[in-house]
Amino acid sequence: MPKIYINGDEFEASENDTVLTAVQKFGGYIPTLCYLNLKDINIENKPSSCRVCMVEIEGRKSLAPACTTPVSEGLRINTLSRQAVEARRTAIQLLLSDHPQDCLQCPKNGECDLQRIASELNIVKNPFMGKTTNYKQDISTAIIRDPNKCIMCRRCETMCNDFQTVGVLSAVERGFNAVIKPTFDLPLEETACTFCGQCVAVCPTGALEEDSYIDYVWKDLVNEKKHVVVQTAPAVRVALAEEFGFEPGTISTGKLVGALKLLGFDKVFDTNFGADLTIIEEATEFKERLENDGFLPMLTSCCPGWIKFLEHQFPDLIEMPSSAKSPQQMFGAIVKSYYAQKANLEPKNITVVSIMPCLAKKYEASRKEINSSPDYKDVDYVLTTRELAKMIKEAGINFTTVPERSYDNPLGESTGAAAIFGRTGGVAEAALRTTYEWLTGRELRTVEFQALHGYESLRVAEVDINGQIIKIGVAYGLGNARKLLEAIRDKKIDLHLIEIMACPGGCVGGGGQPYHHGNFEVIKKRIDALNVIDRTKIIRKSHENPYILRLYNEYLEKPGSEKAQQLLHTHYLEREWL
Amino acid sequence: MCEQIRIVLRNAGNINPENIEDYLKNDGYLALAKALESTREEVIDIISSSNLRGRGGGGFPTGLKWKFTMQAKGDEKYVICNADEGDPGAFMDRSILEGDPHSVLEGMTIGGYAVGAKKGIIYIRAEYPLAVERLKNAICQAKEFGLLGENILGTSFSFDIEIRLGAGAFVCGEETALIHSIEGSRGEPRNKPPFPSTSGLWGKPTLINNVETFANIAPIILNGPDWFRQYGTKNSPGTKVFALAGDVKNVGLVEVPMGTTLREIIFDIGGGIKGDKKFKAVQTGGPSGGCIPIEYLDTPIDYDSLQNLGSMMGSGGMIVMDEDTCMVDVAKFYLQFTVDESCGKCTTCRIGNVRLLEILEKITSGNAHLEDLERMISLSNVIKNSSLCGLGQTAPNPVLSTFKYFEDEYKAHILDRVCPAGICKNLIRYEVIPQNCQGCTACARVCPTQAISGELRKPHFIDQTKCIKCGSCYSTCRFNAIKIV
Repeated sequence: MPKIYINGDEFEASENDTVLTAVQKFGGYIPTLCYLNLKDINIENKPSSCRVCMVEIEGRKSLAPACTTPVSEGLRINTLSRQAVEARRTAIQLLLSDHPQDCLQCPKNGECDLQRIASELNIVKNPFMGKTTNYKQDISTAIIRDPNKCIMCRRCETMCNDFQTVGVLSAVERGFNAVIKPTFDLPLEETACTFCGQCVAVCPTGALEEDSYIDYVWKDLVNEKKHVVVQTAPAVRVALAEEFGFEPGTISTGKLVGALKLLGFDKVFDTNFGADLTIIEEATEFKERLENDGFLPMLTSCCPGWIKFLEHQFPDLIEMPSSAKSPQQMFGAIVKSYYAQKANLEPKNITVVSIMPCLAKKYEASRKEINSSPDYKDVDYVLTTRELAKMIKEAGINFTTVPERSYDNPLGESTGAAAIFGRTGGVAEAALRTTYEWLTGRELRTVEFQALHGYESLRVAEVDINGQIIKIGVAYGLGNARKLLEAIRDKKIDLHLIEIMACPGGCVGGGGQPYHHGNFEVIKKRIDALNVIDRTKIIRKSHENPYILRLYNEYLEKPGSEKAQQLLHTHYLEREWL
Repeated sequence: MCEQIRIVLRNAGNINPENIEDYLKNDGYLALAKALESTREEVIDIISSSNLRGRGGGGFPTGLKWKFTMQAKGDEKYVICNADEGDPGAFMDRSILEGDPHSVLEGMTIGGYAVGAKKGIIYIRAEYPLAVERLKNAICQAKEFGLLGENILGTSFSFDIEIRLGAGAFVCGEETALIHSIEGSRGEPRNKPPFPSTSGLWGKPTLINNVETFANIAPIILNGPDWFRQYGTKNSPGTKVFALAGDVKNVGLVEVPMGTTLREIIFDIGGGIKGDKKFKAVQTGGPSGGCIPIEYLDTPIDYDSLQNLGSMMGSGGMIVMDEDTCMVDVAKFYLQFTVDESCGKCTTCRIGNVRLLEILEKITSGNAHLEDLERMISLSNVIKNSSLCGLGQTAPNPVLSTFKYFEDEYKAHILDRVCPAGICKNLIRYEVIPQNCQGCTACARVCPTQAISGELRKPHFIDQTKCIKCGSCYSTCRFNAIKIV
């Protein structure tokens, strides 16, 4: 245990501490910009490139970056040294000197780390203005890259390469022109980008942002000819409140619905209904594959980032995922068919908006083969949790006092199984609850499969169904998915069902959620909140949702029927890894 | 009169570098044989007590580096020879590699034995094709003779060397960037510690030394540390190879004992300034170094004395400048080089050096104010203290050293809007001296913008609005009739 001195005070640090972690444990503060530590997912980005966390260390000629300097016996650290503070200020001024001066119009305004630190360091003028880089914006269906706002913190590169192993983003060029770009400088749309949005989730500035569809939604909301229907994903209700100052993990389902109604949506439905429907179709397919020696393991197909990853990186395994569409797309298809018929509306006059924790959902809605008709999109616009918060703020709705409301029917009722779709292990657990009862014909007393709970990024659970051991693999993060798929390809692991979610902790940690600013505890609290929703539901198995049963009785006939195949199933494409 | 001592360049030019037997005849590989008869500790002791310091520029004690690498825990270790020579005008390493490749191989193999490595890599820039070819040839021959590969000289020690070509990025001479480059990553440095001796190539303990350092090893092992220490100074023993260039009569490589004075190198060996002009400054240490003025010509040079003067040894570049040199322009030249070669990883180097260059451009174009000097110095100090690697940390050295010794020249550009050396185009004017002008029309004929007019045999006149200050008239005139104002 090295004894060190922080601004003169003695402190016992641990062997593995850096100056930064030691000072933080001590209760001190050093501003950091490029540094990002998501220890729960084993991701640490510390290129020590921003030169903001500089401190003075007695006896050393130069200043030292706190994030990468290890502690050693007797180290004397001065975090308050004027020289160090001036160096921090200069680093920020230099970054700002090659940065668009448009903070007031920047989508990241108020959430930007560069802006926050500039304010903390009292930067009110900049003596270092000079030439600036001038790159074009790259606009894709889900993500907008503005390289002029890139500060070379390398966080996106770390997420894309180390966590997701997608390998699209990396540093190119050198010196003043050094910048992060996609493969071969192609537009993101043409690369193997999965649109998982984890780059956006960690970008400290506005260099990576969601492609926003807010304006289109406002237009349809005031268009009297349009019947605007909204669906909300499971993970949105446990995160949205953070945008309004509530504690992470606050469940705000009622307020969410209330706010959406105030915004003028004609019907507020629930993606959770779609999730229950997904389970019915997926469990039917799983049962079918199990009983008829079908292709196993079956992979879940709810996560569009994961699906695109598979298409690019494992095109030889393209038969593995379930053909069931994701809850978002099933929901859209049902609105534009069953609901349209029931409400006596033309599908083209219905606008389906979804509120998602996800950026890949924006891209998913644009996939040609996923839409049930060539004439219209099943889901017209996808907004992120963050975009919805912006709309609520823009409209002047006080989220704290907004009256709690319930979802509309017939597409608003959902079970506990649907709620946990938003967390890692949840889809597999929901599928098991149904499959177990269908295969055994017995009632499942303990609905929670503890082995599928938890935060570890790779888990395997075994369940005894009629004497057969069903093995289920669960992974989040595409790097972990890669490990699992490689093990399957090499026949090193034998599984029946695999659930994969691209983002940390599942959809709760999605690229469209309120920024976690490097704090994984936020994501854990959202997971816990989803489990609370599940536990407080009376109905916790998808196949017991009365509105789902009614949907089959009135419209789809039975799970896996021809109509269900046409509306609720899709196929996947073999793609290149670019 | 100062004498050159050839330790590193002992064989270069004297033997056929493509024939191992020539090297063997000149005591080649005897040091390796001797080392293999000693223990690893003994070998390191010899290097340590020789006080040899890294010739790549940093001057870190070589023996200590070897000791750290030997002591580092690891099942696999590597030896890397840094042959990514990139300073403008420097070719010390190239000459060694082309003229005596076995001396480097032998040094590396001894290093491999001492630290416990089985694998050596020479990282050399692809722009040195002849050096690469000769190294390849030398490796083949050494293997044939049992001096590389399995069971060297019949002992249980095995060591192999391979060559990796660098794509020419200057920053890859920085050891951690070099290692990233070998690993197939972007050639970017990382923060140290950990140092390569504990975590280097593929995360394994790695001994990384420069070409010239390795070339010193065999003679030290063979002749002993006392022999080596008789040359040079107490803290910097041995010799150093310099690439003497610039406005000096004799240009080329010189190898002199440390402690030789700049005057001895420039005037005794270099023969003084070309065209018998006045000496103004000497730039040592490449783009990371600084400029040393006439007052310090008698300083005995070693690692520490150069650093005290605000310059550095670097890999041994030495560029002599005469009185016609503008020191602000020199600082700008070197800074432009580092700006071009910065990897762009850290803020202070990526943006800071560009801003520093912009200030210099402002000064040389006559648009600067005194506050800009303050800004220049404070920014230089931040870049120096905050940058991630040696390239960034030393980039402001040319600015700081020229400002330290030639502050008046900076001020002349700002206060008087004059470039005393007549170099900075925005601050000079070409004028005809009518008394001297013979009206030969030569100047008018070479002027690319037809700015010069005048009748035959009558004084000519330069139209300043058309003049682009190319200097063609000045160099064409045979009657000293054009002056720079």
